Order: sequence, then structure tokens, then C-alpha cells
Amino acid sequence: MSARGMRGRTPWLRPSALTGALILLVVLIGAVVAPVLFPAGPWPAVGVPYTPPFGSLAQPFGTDTLGRDVAAGLFYGARVSLTIAIVATVAALSIGVLVGATAGYVPGWCDDVLMRVTEIFQTIPNFIFVIVLVVIFQPSIVAIISAIAIVSWPPIARLVRAEFMSLRNREFVLSCKLVGVPPLKIIFTEILPNCLSPVIVTSSIMVATAVLLEAGLSFLGLGDPNVISWGTMVAIGRPALRTAPYLSIFPGIAIFLTVVAINLVGEALNEALDPRRNRG
Amino acid sequence: MTRYAAFLIRRLMQACIIVVGIVCVNFVVVHLAPGNLAEVMAGQGGGADAGYIAALKERFGLDQSLWVQFGRYVWNLLQFDLGYSFRESMPVSVLIADKLAATLILMVSSLAIAFMLGVSLGMLAAMRPNAISDVVISLLALIGYATPLFWLGLLLILLFTVKLGWLPSGGMRTIGVPSTGLAGILDIARHAILPVVTLTVFYMAVFIRLMRASVLNVASLDFVKTAYAKGMSFRQVYAHHVLGNALLPMVTMLGVNVGGILGGSVVVETVFGWPGLGRLTFDAIFSRDINLLLGILFFSSLLVVVTNLVTDLVSAWIDPRIEVSK
Repeated sequence: MSARGMRGRTPWLRPSALTGALILLVVLIGAVVAPVLFPAGPWPAVGVPYTPPFGSLAQPFGTDTLGRDVAAGLFYGARVSLTIAIVATVAALSIGVLVGATAGYVPGWCDDVLMRVTEIFQTIPNFIFVIVLVVIFQPSIVAIISAIAIVSWPPIARLVRAEFMSLRNREFVLSCKLVGVPPLKIIFTEILPNCLSPVIVTSSIMVATAVLLEAGLSFLGLGDPNVISWGTMVAIGRPALRTAPYLSIFPGIAIFLTVVAINLVGEALNEALDPRRNRG
Repeated sequence: MTRYAAFLIRRLMQACIIVVGIVCVNFVVVHLAPGNLAEVMAGQGGGADAGYIAALKERFGLDQSLWVQFGRYVWNLLQFDLGYSFRESMPVSVLIADKLAATLILMVSSLAIAFMLGVSLGMLAAMRPNAISDVVISLLALIGYATPLFWLGLLLILLFTVKLGWLPSGGMRTIGVPSTGLAGILDIARHAILPVVTLTVFYMAVFIRLMRASVLNVASLDFVKTAYAKGMSFRQVYAHHVLGNALLPMVTMLGVNVGGILGGSVVVETVFGWPGLGRLTFDAIFSRDINLLLGILFFSSLLVVVTNLVTDLVSAWIDPRIEVSK
């Protein structure tokens, strides 16, 4: 097979990319159908506490310390994890693009100041910063999303800035300037579309990081108390680690598979969108 | 003045700017807290007395203008006065100093192991891209990256403590074992194995990915082609030309990941009951001790600034080109 044929069509059809897409699809469907399958929500007790998994069709994943359905928790957890991760990533993306585009398009003091600010946010340890923000603003979905967005935008800002700096003096941008296209229009219709692919790849990995951040937060007891989350489920199961390890194992597998899937899809995206790879 | 001295001074100035910025961020975060600051802090701490509230008001100068408050805040931090923890009945700086050693044990050993394993495996993977070795190592990196630290910790406890009974499930020492001498050190090492492994797995994955990309990048440069052209073997080229050049950016990455490892130690120390900064953070979360949390945040940011400074100076010392380019 020619090199071109192999590289040209494979990224999406490779087993790893297909596996990732399939897992992600299952998690997405699970998140969507949760209220249909479990109309009562994840909180009510449905059976005897500590019912082991794989025993009955009614509770295929068993019940937890208070007799709540583990399966319901897993489905609703998918909703919470994905919502928080995706919304936080979109928010971080907006901040990052705004900062990076401004810094990359306006050289001089504006660039300097924005890059210093970016550096400051990159220096503060992410997870500890998220913890402090969530504690101060009280755990809620909005607080968690905002906190994750506040710590996640710097890589996007740096990326967009670098792309803008390399693009801002290209002929097609200069010709726009020459004929009097307003700067904002140049930024949004000319430069931004041209640096979209690395931004998309980076943000796909950010979604995975956000899932891990949220899981860590809720494991520490900083999840929104009104919704179930995979990290919360591990924390609930932890005291029963010796007697009912499945309570900690199942939600952990859910987090693990989701993060793996997002990474695999991100890798395929990277190869499909990165023209430099097609060189060799 | 030598070039290196000039670089050192410029880099120190940069670090100072970052520290000032971190102080500003901390100050803003404190004042974003809804409600009266002193009451929020004391109230979340639970059942504080009037004296403590008065002390907090005095510390933050709450009856003064915002500028005076900021000046006072900076002045306190400059003296490394991080305030007082009502819950622990101790100054925050003393609490942090007490717990630092335990965290450093975990941090330094897992960073060192993760760095060595990550660099060798990343190199191995990049030497034959897309070969079976590369696929296996990249899979390992993916698994290591995607496994939540707290979950991996629980799985290790399940296997090595509950099922096999080989290792202690938590804490740092066994009661009754002498705390000094060889026996004491071995006892701590036995307790440290599981938390260190947990932290190592994630950062090994990070370093594998970075090293693999770095080697691939260097291997595509012209001087590598020249080396082949003058008749060097594959082994020689990688040992003499690629390895050193690919390692250089990794030194910087070592510093960059210190912040992440501090964050990771919060969950790991919580899972293993390791009495360090991470466990202190968890206790502060649990008792909503905001003053203590802010102190930990400030201190760990400072630690990151210092390690970044050191790794930058080291890489500029190894490679003089960096002085010029920055």
C-alpha cells in the first residue's frame, strides 16, 4: 500500500480510534438516557444495601452502602462528568482564544502583559487552585465549572498566540489590512479559522483533563451535593473497600474508560487535522 | 558581567513578577468570597470566637480601604506570615513547615523514578516509531495518564494490603517501631511504596509522552542526518546526538510538573493517610479552613516558581544557547 494511502484514510478507521469513538458514544448515550432508564434518579434506595453485582437484572451493578442502585449512579454520573467537562472546556476555550488572539495580534506591551498573566496562572498548581476556588464559592456545578475553566485556559492562550504571531504577517492577512478590513473581522474570519485544528486537538485533551479534575474534586468531597458523580461514588464506596470493593471499582472504571476514549479520539483528530504528519 | 549573570538577573526579575502576580491572584480570590471576609473564614471554620474574628479583621484590615488592605496583605506575605489556623490552633506557616518533609519524600522519589522510567521508555518508543515496542509503551502511557490517582491508590491497597497483606494500607510509621535509625527509615520506606507508586504511574506517563515527542523532534533535525551521512551507526547517533538534545527540554518539564505533583499528592496522601501537605489540604477542605488553604496555595505556588527558576538555570548552564534566546 502506498504511504499516501495509509496516511490519507486511516486515522478514523484504525482500531484505537474506533474503540475510543465507540466507548465515548456509549458514555454519551448513557448520559442522555439516564432519566429514561432511572426516572427516580440515583438517590432512592432500591434494594438491600451491599447487594453484590451481577446477581440480579434489577440491580446489575449491585447496590451501595445505603441500598442505592450503582447502575443508576453510573448513568447519572456520566451526565454530570460530561456536562462539567464539556462546559468547562468551552469556557476555558473562550478565555484562551480571547487572550491568545489579543496577545498574538497586538504586539508590544499588550502581548507582554497578557503573557505574564498567562504565566502566573500556569504557575499556580492547578488542582490546589481549583480546590481553593470551589471551597470559597461553595461546591456547586457552576462553581466547579468556573474553577476548572479558570485553571485550564493558559495552554490554549499560548497556542493561539503562537499561531496568530506566525499568521499575522502572511500575505492574505496583509492584503485584508490593505483594503481596510476592520481588525476584529480579520481576527475572526481570516486568522482564527486557520489555527482551528491545533486548538480543536488541544481542547479534546482538555476535556479528558477536566473529567479527571472533576473526579478528583468530588472524591475529596467537593462535588455538587445535589448531583451524583463518579468521584463521589468512589468516595462513598471507599470505607467499604474490604467488604464491597466493587463500589469503588465500577465508577473508577467509568472514569478510566471515558478518559482513555477521549484521548484515543483526540489522537485520531490530531493525525487527521495535523498536515505536518502527512509529510513523512 | 558575564552573560550567565545577566541571564540569572533577568530570570530572577521574571520570577519576582510572577510572585507578585500570584500574591495579586490570592488577594483577589480572598475578596471574591461572598460576604464579610472575616465572618466567612471564621464561620466556615466553625464556631470561631469573637477574638479570632477580631484578629482576622485586624490581619486583613477590613475597616480600611482596599489599597491599605492589599498593602497589609503583601506585607504579611513578605514576612512569610500566612496567618493563623483556628482549627489547628497554630500559625499556618508552622503547620506547612511541619508537613513539608513528608510530602517532599513522596514528591522527590516519585518525580525521580517517573523521570528516569519516562525518559528511558519514551526514548525506546521513539527509536522505532510505530513498531510493537512503541505501541506497547504508548499504550502504557495512555493507561497511566487515564487512571485517576485516587482510584489507582485504592486498587493498590486492595491488592497489596487487603488481598496479599504485604504492605501497610496507610500512615507513615508503624506504632512501636523505633522512629530513628535504619529500622525507622525502612519502616517509612515500606509505608511510602504504595503512595510513591501511585504518583509515579501518572507522571511516568507524562514523561513518556514528552520524551517520545522530544526524541522524534530531534531525530528529524539536519544534524542527525549529517551524523548518519558521516557514517555513524544508529546506536551511535542516538547515544551521542539525539539523547542529549532530547533530554534538554525535559529538564524544564521536570520543573513544570512540580505543581501537578503537589496537586496529585492531595488525593494520594488522602487515600494513604500520609501526614504531609496533601493530607493537611484535605483536612483544611474538610473543616473549611480557608486561611490554611490560602497559605497552602501560596506556598505551593512559590515552590513551583523556585523549581522553575532552578530548572531554567540548570538548562541554561547546560546549553548556553538558551541565555541568548530568552
